[in-house]
Amino acid sequence: MSEHVFSKNYPILNKITEKYDIVIGIEVHCQLASKSKMFSRSKNAYGDAPNSNIDPTCLALPGALPVVNEECIDLALRMGLAVGSTIQKVSVFARKNYFYPDLPKGYQITQYDKPLCFGGSLTLQNKKVVRIERIQLEEDAGKNIHVGTASLVDYNRAGVGLIEIVSCPDMSSPEEASEYLKKLHSYVVNLDISDGDLDRGNFRADANVSLKPKGSSTFGQRCEIKNVNSFKYLEKAIAYEVERQHEIIENGGSISMETRGYDSDKNETYSLRTKENAKDYRYFPEPDLPPLIISNERIERIRSILPELPETKTSRFIETYHLPEYDAKVICASKVNSTYFEKLVSQLKGTCDAKFLANFFMTEVMRAIKIYADTKGISPDELNEVPVSLEHCVSLLKLQANGTISGRIGKEIFEEMISSGKSPNLIVKEKNLIQISDDISIHEICLKVLNENQSQLNDYFQGKEKLFGFFVGQAMKISGGKLNPGKLNERMKEMIESQRNKG
Amino acid sequence: MTNFNYSKEFCSHDATFLAENFRSKKLSIVEYISNLFSYIEQENPSLNALTSLQKEAALQRAKELEHRPAQSHEILFGVPIVLKENIQKKGFPVQCASRMLEGYKGQYDATVVSLLENAGAIFISTANMDEFAMGSSNEHSCHGPVKNPHHFKHSPGGSSGGSAAACAAGFAPLALGSDTGGSVREPAAFCGIYGFKPTYGRISRYGLVAFGSSLDQISPFARSISDLDIIMRILGQPDVRDATSLCTSYESQLGKENFLKGRTIGVPRSLLTNAVDKRVLVAFEKLEAKMRDFGTKFVDIEISTLKYTLSVYYVLASAEASSNLSRFDGIRYGHRTQQAQDLFELYSQTRTEGFGKEVKRRILLGTFALSAGYYDAFYGRALAARDLIVEEFAKVFETIDFIYMPTAPSSAFLLGESSLDPMQEYLNDIFTIPANLAKLPAISLPAPIDDEGLPIGLQFYAPQGNDAQLLALAYDLEKQGLVKTTAFKNMK
Repeated sequence: MSEHVFSKNYPILNKITEKYDIVIGIEVHCQLASKSKMFSRSKNAYGDAPNSNIDPTCLALPGALPVVNEECIDLALRMGLAVGSTIQKVSVFARKNYFYPDLPKGYQITQYDKPLCFGGSLTLQNKKVVRIERIQLEEDAGKNIHVGTASLVDYNRAGVGLIEIVSCPDMSSPEEASEYLKKLHSYVVNLDISDGDLDRGNFRADANVSLKPKGSSTFGQRCEIKNVNSFKYLEKAIAYEVERQHEIIENGGSISMETRGYDSDKNETYSLRTKENAKDYRYFPEPDLPPLIISNERIERIRSILPELPETKTSRFIETYHLPEYDAKVICASKVNSTYFEKLVSQLKGTCDAKFLANFFMTEVMRAIKIYADTKGISPDELNEVPVSLEHCVSLLKLQANGTISGRIGKEIFEEMISSGKSPNLIVKEKNLIQISDDISIHEICLKVLNENQSQLNDYFQGKEKLFGFFVGQAMKISGGKLNPGKLNERMKEMIESQRNKG
Repeated sequence: MTNFNYSKEFCSHDATFLAENFRSKKLSIVEYISNLFSYIEQENPSLNALTSLQKEAALQRAKELEHRPAQSHEILFGVPIVLKENIQKKGFPVQCASRMLEGYKGQYDATVVSLLENAGAIFISTANMDEFAMGSSNEHSCHGPVKNPHHFKHSPGGSSGGSAAACAAGFAPLALGSDTGGSVREPAAFCGIYGFKPTYGRISRYGLVAFGSSLDQISPFARSISDLDIIMRILGQPDVRDATSLCTSYESQLGKENFLKGRTIGVPRSLLTNAVDKRVLVAFEKLEAKMRDFGTKFVDIEISTLKYTLSVYYVLASAEASSNLSRFDGIRYGHRTQQAQDLFELYSQTRTEGFGKEVKRRILLGTFALSAGYYDAFYGRALAARDLIVEEFAKVFETIDFIYMPTAPSSAFLLGESSLDPMQEYLNDIFTIPANLAKLPAISLPAPIDDEGLPIGLQFYAPQGNDAQLLALAYDLEKQGLVKTTAFKNMK
């Protein structure tokens, strides 16, 4: 159990792990991408005018009742099935009672001792299995906004569906924790469970961190770091927390159970509340909602339409398209990209092979994606679609494959296509870029080049065979790059040889 | 338009009669409603049953209805109805007899309100009640106590005392209340009218301000069984807005067969101890004897889990109430303290000022019962005991059709008599609470009164879902004159 974990980015932690095991568990709150809220008919949308997506239920007007949104249940089931959870045939909603202005009912509807899913796991790159303890359904709170001395509340988010995914304390380094989180994130995004936008709070993580003497089977006292909204900060916050706890223990102190926040500017965690101030949430079964019953038919229906997981897709790309593992991983990291790539492959079936298309995609298309995202000031992951017309790409590659244009011209046309939005056919026509393949034209150009460069030709005959490239280059130059390179090479060689024989 | 005689009796007509005459245009809705308001304006101040008369809106609606033909589904066309002030109707005060909701007006229509308006009914007023429906005497109200129309010194019962008194006084043939532990049946008994608590989930709770969500049931008052049947035909529908509503509809059985002859009725005889008032026992036995004459069989039954009734009820209802009433925090609506320095004070001061004594008592009780370390001992055990009660009733009903017992141990007590001792007030619900715990339909029927005494309520339970059979039994009893409303009798 206590193998030494090498932490590349945090050398101090390597020292600590000589004596201690780092124990990390992660809880993720993930907003469901359902059309309406978890228990009401209000729209689930981000960024609308404050308090525009509200109704009696999510405002907790007297007498309003919750009704389960089945779309949210389906999304949660999708998550459970994807990570191999056991779906509970009967699960129960519970009330978690506390007062806060953003919590209109004075309680949150969540699940307690009978959640929707138990079990499941994710496997990290180092083959470590992180077990998932449970996945439960709940609702989000509104947002308090402080303006000067006034406090305002926006209830647009109140009642939006969430799943809470609780891992077992199976991770033992900050890197493992962030890898787990990234992997979970790629699942929710690829399975269309959530928009997964960290900045908008779609995907929020809490980390439970503790230390125990190396090899010990008893856990140490843990601290919970709340609401860290970036993969990098989660790593840093955990690393800081490990160091902090280590220092206390080494100085003979003991860790007290508490909830801590993370200040990314100072890179440190700070106490939010201690166990003594822990709230008594007075959980009890929600009387307004009957137990949630999940039929086998429903589970099978969800399973049958489960979108492909990133790992499965990578393997399939390697298997079906004979791509190198690296290429498959790069393309499958994004659902938008892999979908686009598959369309390219299918539309160019029999014209271009998949490996060729993978190269094209990873160089030309991905470069275009990056430039487009940069100009928008966002990360390429955030694009909802590839900003290159699939239709144009297909016709470009067809022109190239049937010899109408050369590869070099192809690159030129791609750039033009991106900047102008014109179709490749139009660009070819407008710029007269059609490849010259007819023997007579090639012959004439070759003849011209050889006649005008007699001294180089002599050098060539003397043994400077490298000059062949020069002749070809001259021919291309004269033709504006439009000569069919294969035919040009062949013809040029033939004509030089015939001159040599004449000479 | 009509030769109808607006004598003092005009307000004694039931909804069935009124709807028929309004539909056929034999009676003028506008004339009727405006006469009704004159009567209410004269009589209500001494009764204190209605809290916010909606004269203008009601007359406006009466005009609209009068100027068009009734549609076939409008079976309560033009019929006035009173609404307990814990049910949402747009623009009506939804004060729940609490300072906490002073000035708060309904922001949407409860499902029952939409259904009744769709059936042509006219809501004429909100009714007084015990604060947030907690109480059996209607003395726990920020509007002051309601008086019993039969005798002003007596309580009308609670918590739906305003609705019961209004129906008994002829302010409307139909009134809506809510029954969490007997809050409709007990006031019906005290006021000499019919009060019917359907199976839990039969009527949508959407729009009813929650007290004990797993026990609450909107329930109607009427002065005749056919009126209860008519309103159940409208309200007994599945509702997508209430996840606990039943998936079947109420299907009337009135007069379809003889519900007296050959039926078997169980009597939990051991509960009829000397704690039950002598007059109540006499009325109880008299009805039993008469029913035997009509061929009804009676058997004594034992329901051993009933001894847990009060403890289970007060743990569950208070626990749910402590959570349900959390939303009254002074943030979005209702009372907000002017005294607070910080958020904690905003909550505690607002709630201290806004809630009355009985409500606070139950919130504290419920909060305690749910607290860490006490849950298993109280809430957990109460839930388990409730399951036993449900099972035992189901078992008992395998061999009988109905259960018969009094509605309350006594007739209406004097105002001020019970509120001194909360335990005494709680004991009053001993015969009504089991129906809520076991989710059973139950009806309180007015015993015919020969003497000058106060009304007495006699109660029948039926198995879950058998709402229509229960009303059919009551209909046969009413038809044979074995039960009879005492409204308007001895009115002082």
